[in-house]
Amino acid sequence: MSLALIVMLPFLGAVLPALMIRAGRNACAIATGSVTLLAFALLLTHVPAVLRGEVIQAGWTWLPGLGLNVNFFLDGLGLLFAGLILGIGLLIIAYARFYLAKEDPMGTFYTFLLLFQGAMVGIVLSDNILLLLIFWELTSLSSFLLIGYWRHLPEGRQGARMALAVTGAGGLAMIAGMLMLGGIVGSYDLTVILRERELIQASPLYLPALVLILVGCFAKSAQFPFHFWLPHAMAAPTPVSAYLHSATMVKAGIFLMARMWPVLAGTEAWFYLVATTGLVTMVLGAGIALFKDDLKGLLAFSTVSHLGLVTLLLGFGTPMAAVVAVFHIINHASFKAALFMCAGIVDHEAGTRDVRRLGGLAALMPITATLVTVGAASMAGVPLLNGFLSKEMMLEEAVHTTWAGQGWIVPLAVTAGAAFSVAYSFRYIVHVFFGRRRDDYPRTPHDPPAGMWLPPAVLIVPVVAIGLFPETFAGDLVRASAAAVTGGVLPEFQLALWHGFTVALALSVIALAGGFALLARYRAVRRLWQAGPHPEAKAMFEAVLAATVAASRRVMHGLHNGSLGRYLAVTLVAALALGLAAFQAGGHEAGLRDSLPAPAAAVVAWLLLVGACGLAVVLHRQRVLALLAAGVVGLIVSVGFVYLSAPDLALTQISVEVATVILILLALYFLPKESPRESGRGRKLRDAALAVGAGLGMGGLAWAAMTRDAATLSGYYLDNAVSGGGGTNVVNVILVDFRGFDTFGEIIVLGVAALAIYALLDGAVRGAVGRKLAAWTPDEPHSADRHPMIMVVATRVMLPLALMVGAYIFLRGHNQPGGGFIAGLVVAIALIMQYMASGFGWAAQRMRVDYHAMIGAGVLIAAATGIAAMVMGYPFLTSAFDHFHLPLIGEFELASALAFDVGVFLTVVGAVMLALANLSRLGRKTGVAPVNEAPMDVDPLARRQAAARPAASGASARHDQPAPAPTAAREG
Amino acid sequence: MIEHALVFGFAAVSLALLMNLWRLVTGPTLMDRVLAADTMVINAIALIILFGIQMRTTVYFEAALLFAMFGFISTVAYCRFVLRGDIIE
Repeated sequence: MSLALIVMLPFLGAVLPALMIRAGRNACAIATGSVTLLAFALLLTHVPAVLRGEVIQAGWTWLPGLGLNVNFFLDGLGLLFAGLILGIGLLIIAYARFYLAKEDPMGTFYTFLLLFQGAMVGIVLSDNILLLLIFWELTSLSSFLLIGYWRHLPEGRQGARMALAVTGAGGLAMIAGMLMLGGIVGSYDLTVILRERELIQASPLYLPALVLILVGCFAKSAQFPFHFWLPHAMAAPTPVSAYLHSATMVKAGIFLMARMWPVLAGTEAWFYLVATTGLVTMVLGAGIALFKDDLKGLLAFSTVSHLGLVTLLLGFGTPMAAVVAVFHIINHASFKAALFMCAGIVDHEAGTRDVRRLGGLAALMPITATLVTVGAASMAGVPLLNGFLSKEMMLEEAVHTTWAGQGWIVPLAVTAGAAFSVAYSFRYIVHVFFGRRRDDYPRTPHDPPAGMWLPPAVLIVPVVAIGLFPETFAGDLVRASAAAVTGGVLPEFQLALWHGFTVALALSVIALAGGFALLARYRAVRRLWQAGPHPEAKAMFEAVLAATVAASRRVMHGLHNGSLGRYLAVTLVAALALGLAAFQAGGHEAGLRDSLPAPAAAVVAWLLLVGACGLAVVLHRQRVLALLAAGVVGLIVSVGFVYLSAPDLALTQISVEVATVILILLALYFLPKESPRESGRGRKLRDAALAVGAGLGMGGLAWAAMTRDAATLSGYYLDNAVSGGGGTNVVNVILVDFRGFDTFGEIIVLGVAALAIYALLDGAVRGAVGRKLAAWTPDEPHSADRHPMIMVVATRVMLPLALMVGAYIFLRGHNQPGGGFIAGLVVAIALIMQYMASGFGWAAQRMRVDYHAMIGAGVLIAAATGIAAMVMGYPFLTSAFDHFHLPLIGEFELASALAFDVGVFLTVVGAVMLALANLSRLGRKTGVAPVNEAPMDVDPLARRQAAARPAASGASARHDQPAPAPTAAREG
Repeated sequence: MIEHALVFGFAAVSLALLMNLWRLVTGPTLMDRVLAADTMVINAIALIILFGIQMRTTVYFEAALLFAMFGFISTVAYCRFVLRGDIIE
């Protein structure tokens, strides 16, 4: 349980900074820090057990059908990484408090940071690879937000996009690889997978799975050739670089390689893929780092190089190399995060982080200079510091490794890489802090407040402590996590400062000497470098991206050209072809069921249907007539539902028809009244043939189906409606009970659709469309009767009656035709009548209902009904019903489905009204006439007064004149 | 007796519907067609009521009720559309 809590805490706590920022920046930082501290403390409670070698597990099944379980486990490796993520996270939170400027939105920053932290902890604690993938993608997303935090900087946005594209693409490859892996083993649980080494390596899918997973890891951990995104991500604020790009996110790929090491490593493919990539990355990154003038760029390429080193070690595939890899992860995280923070300090206090404009800062910023000197010396691999130890052990491993039969390649390359590493590390120290003091710093440099230098100082402590007493401070942790990497078998080893005079020591000395030599002749070396080729990764990336976008656009526009006629034609041809194929495969005997008698009235109705359809075909270009014809079809369909014993459907159809006519007429006001001629003769013939074919086919199919007896689901519902759902109206019981979950989804869709209409129209009326509307003049002559009296009076009288009918239909719905959906439509139409009669503005002033809230309330009530069942221990939306007795009313039945139906009702009313209100808002934007104050054109009261006073006979109130206020008040 | 009345009723309403159809198809103006559709609704109410009487059930009554209550709204909407353009001002 506490494992899941460690993962969930940052996610849950992510709302805190956003809220606490109102209480000030300190409160915000403290709130964020306490979330991380709590998670860290929870993690520490597990330390003794994990160091004893236990594996702690916690989890639930989530989607067992997909093999997706919420399983977490904590072993040495998970402990190491979770400790790094949470511990360094804590320091970063403190550092960021002082780093961020006043105008930076700090709450947003901490929220993003906590989201990232949660995702990261999720990766390292997941015991299910599908769950791991979810967290993996979450880190890509949250790091995108963090890198682009300074959204006013174009480099920030571009860097964020590049990081997302590269790591996201790698993530896609990884999903495929993980699915293959899960397919081989038959389980997606890591603890199960990690036991199946032989099975996985014997599988033909091993190689593709390996390559795909490695692509994901390499992209995330900035390994060659995906390394280019990391330097561009340096546009992020320094706390982000220190956290994501040195200590945590870029280590996610390394983590996964280490995690999968027991089952994937040890083969030739693994060695050549992983070790070679690591080697190339290490040397290349170190080489480029030497020539970067931006401090953060230098550190970024140095990180690339060190990640390459760890990858190389993992690639060796020997247990001892894995031990060294783990050790170097610890060491690198400590000194690199500190160095990043110090680079931020220099940037913050001196106003630039360009090495060429710095120098001589040691006397001005003594604390920072000390921290950087120790950290960078460790990065260079100077003895007595932790970086020396792991580098020495790495060299020892490299010496024993042959690559393609050649024993000298790996040692030579790593020594060269180490020499570069020495050179750039000391360049950071010497070119920034030593040398001549300058007088042209952009700002006056001085040491920062303690809140800023303490976090890196805390990280420098282990650099020295581990460097001096490695076994004491890191022995247990390295053993526990290395044991988790190798799957239990560990070689005998001792972390020690002195290993005697070995080849590795010699290489180390050569590297140091070479590094110093490079730095001493820096100008000459740099000239040499600048003479060589410099492929610009960003330009190449942009070119690839542009080409991909162009290609997909071509494909998309080819298939999706906007012609509805074409889509419909393709769909119909496909349906016809499938239908024809099925028809020829099956038998062709006629059905045996007796047909129903056709009374004369039914034949007449059929004639009306045919006539209306024919009218629509002939006159479809005149849109109002087409709508009228469609309305007649709707009428006959409604009558047909009555005749064929589907009263619920009939009631729905009748109300839907009315709402549809109103909606379309509202939209038609702004549209051309005639459709233009667009298709030629050939096209018409083709469309006609298709339409006739599809229509005949559909009719034939219906005929064939209806003349046969077949077992349907209806029987089950008829038998169980009363016993299972407590209602005699089977249709309603199906809607609110048997298939309540369906209905729940549908009302959500309905609400979303209404909100989308609102959002689209609301956005539209503000922009160019709004200006067009304001300049709009009606294209037809208009009658002067704006709000005719007869209509106002009739609809006013109708309102209570219609509402009564709505209530009646709603209440009896469970047992007789009706229900929330129909009642919602009835009430909505009753309200629309008022809008039509007296105008939207007038009615809206008197009916202040928030339709958005109504939709939300409806969905929430429906959900609450379902959840109430869960609280009682039944599945979601299980309904309950009982019989009650009230005096006067008598015995009646109450089902929980009624509450659900209330939700449906509210959503329907809200959605219909919101859609109509927004469509009619367009009309009001035209500004043709102001909102009327009186409900109708004619004011009877004024006329009576006028009659009483013959002197004022000519002053009868006429159209569009504002009526006296008392009338309006009375009507309201 | 009721049987004969029903036969007569169905015949009369059916004939009326056919005449409505004629007016709907021939027009000539939009308002002719709107009125034809409106009258169709009235006749549909009659058909539903007659059918209910024939089947001796009240189940269909609500359908007729809704038609009676809301059938005119479409007609009003068309009229407002022709007269004022915007049906909800």
